[in-house]
Amino acid sequence: MPRDPFAIRSIRVISGFVLVVWLVLPLVPLAIWSFARGWRFPSILPQGWTLRAWGYALSDTSGVLDSLLLTIWIAVCATGVSVLIGVPAGRALGMHRFRGKGWVELMVLAPVIVPGIAVVLGLHTVFIGLGLTNTITGVVLVHLIPTVPYVTLVMAGIFASYDPAFEAQARSLGATPLQTFWHVTLPAILPGVIVGALFAFLVSWSQYLLTLVIGGGRVVTLPLLLFNFVASGRNDIAGAIAMIYILPGVLILTFTARHLSGRSVALGGVGRI
Amino acid sequence: MTVVSVSGLSHTYPGAAGAAVEGLSFDIPGGALTALLGPSGGGKTTVLKMIAGLTVPTSGDIRFDGRSVLQDRPERRGAVMVFQNHLLFPSMSVADNVGFGLRMRGLPKGQIADRVARMLAMVRLPDFGARKPGELSGGQQQRVALARALIVEPKVLLLDEPLANLDAHLRLEMRDLISGLQKELGITTILVTHDQQEAVMLAGWVALIMDGRLQQYDAADAFYKRPASEAVARFFGGQNFLRGRSAGGVFDCALGPFALPDGVAQGDGVLTIRPEAIRLGKGGVNALTATVTDRIFMGTQTRLTLRVGDVVLQALLTPDLADGIMPGQAVDMHLPPQSLWVMP
Repeated sequence: MPRDPFAIRSIRVISGFVLVVWLVLPLVPLAIWSFARGWRFPSILPQGWTLRAWGYALSDTSGVLDSLLLTIWIAVCATGVSVLIGVPAGRALGMHRFRGKGWVELMVLAPVIVPGIAVVLGLHTVFIGLGLTNTITGVVLVHLIPTVPYVTLVMAGIFASYDPAFEAQARSLGATPLQTFWHVTLPAILPGVIVGALFAFLVSWSQYLLTLVIGGGRVVTLPLLLFNFVASGRNDIAGAIAMIYILPGVLILTFTARHLSGRSVALGGVGRI
Repeated sequence: MTVVSVSGLSHTYPGAAGAAVEGLSFDIPGGALTALLGPSGGGKTTVLKMIAGLTVPTSGDIRFDGRSVLQDRPERRGAVMVFQNHLLFPSMSVADNVGFGLRMRGLPKGQIADRVARMLAMVRLPDFGARKPGELSGGQQQRVALARALIVEPKVLLLDEPLANLDAHLRLEMRDLISGLQKELGITTILVTHDQQEAVMLAGWVALIMDGRLQQYDAADAFYKRPASEAVARFFGGQNFLRGRSAGGVFDCALGPFALPDGVAQGDGVLTIRPEAIRLGKGGVNALTATVTDRIFMGTQTRLTLRVGDVVLQALLTPDLADGIMPGQAVDMHLPPQSLWVMP
């Protein structure tokens, strides 16, 4: 790493520019499509402009808004459950040594490594037996497969650099276990919980395959709806839905960049695993 | 004025080969400051945590005023521990840290604010309430930690190496503060330290713990005058040990017979005399002639290494008494009988 401040600044500016191009460029045609009235090859710009696609996307008939709310609901549920599982699991992995810890770590990582399609086809039969297919509950449960590992791994990193003596100190000063968690533990791990929850939300938000198989076409989240319009060749409406679809990702990126970047404890801890 | 009694207290950490603490029994007087002294890793902090309720003993009992507290959870026990690295909650202001225990007990806000202000004044940090722990020096953090413990008016105050992380000049200040507050409030206080000077200066009674076992529990000065074993004497800076046999007020050893004071142990044993108790000059009882082999000026004292035959003795003298005594010189010296002690 060069120590010359000018060199550092140049590298920052250039890498920032590359990143923006990399992220934004693929979105430009989508944005144009959503406002286009006829856009045929080889024209660089559409023949005309219209808000028709947006009007349709935001109307009741398209089902986009219902789908948006459903997608948010599923992502929120999956995130909540992931945090409830991932925080204690991450604490166990980050703070304690126990027999078989290596295996547990591997099992936690497995869903991130093993392709979803291999798992979900087997799970489908199980879920049919349990009557969970075609239900929102079933979809939330299956989303936990990729979301729980993210929260668990982030929290394991946080707890690895966490000093439990603060909890002993709080107990000694008269705090009950619940008060200790609320006043001492939670403030210390909150940055990690937020990062883990945002990861989980985005992972659930972007699930396609798991939702398709377990939801059986009855639970239509935004990516499924988007794919329907893409498949039917409606590039203008697909473009509008895509704009809506990427919104949480952009918002979350902005939020994390502002509040949790740089020397943050939370992101620093992630590096361990 | 809670009396703390510990009996048969043992603790073995899971997976550890030996016990961290084994078979500890002693009574700690109410309202006084007592020290648990010993080398690092000797199990002292484990004892403190067991009294605080933060570590569960493998066996044995802990009683406050005769009542077993083993079933009391740490927050109900009334013993508050101040950790070595002070552990101020980083997200809270100094005032919120000090008021923590009272908030957990659900006291009204106004009352907490009053008591926090009074407590901060007692530890001489009256205007520091609004600051964050990270803005304080190590000594100030230690004082906040002390205030945070004292504010809940504990039955027993447990201090783990409160002076260890401080610079030399802060250490004296903190020592006087702890000693003054303890006397003023009369709280039964147990202090863990590895520094024998600190222990004897602060505490009336000292329990010396080595390798998880109690070596001696005694008044502070007894460790210098009447150490229970050679290990205890060495821990307190003893350097002169002579093997021999004590019988009828006389100790027979390689340097000849020495007259002993009354009440020393009989039979085979080790004779000891503290370096600062050796006297130079002719004509005392237990007189010897020695050769000076080394001389180290240490500021307020001068250390002489003295050889008598094959035996090497260390003497600490005030610098004026050691004036003009140089290595190679022969000196007359004597071992005053009242300074001799025989250990088994």
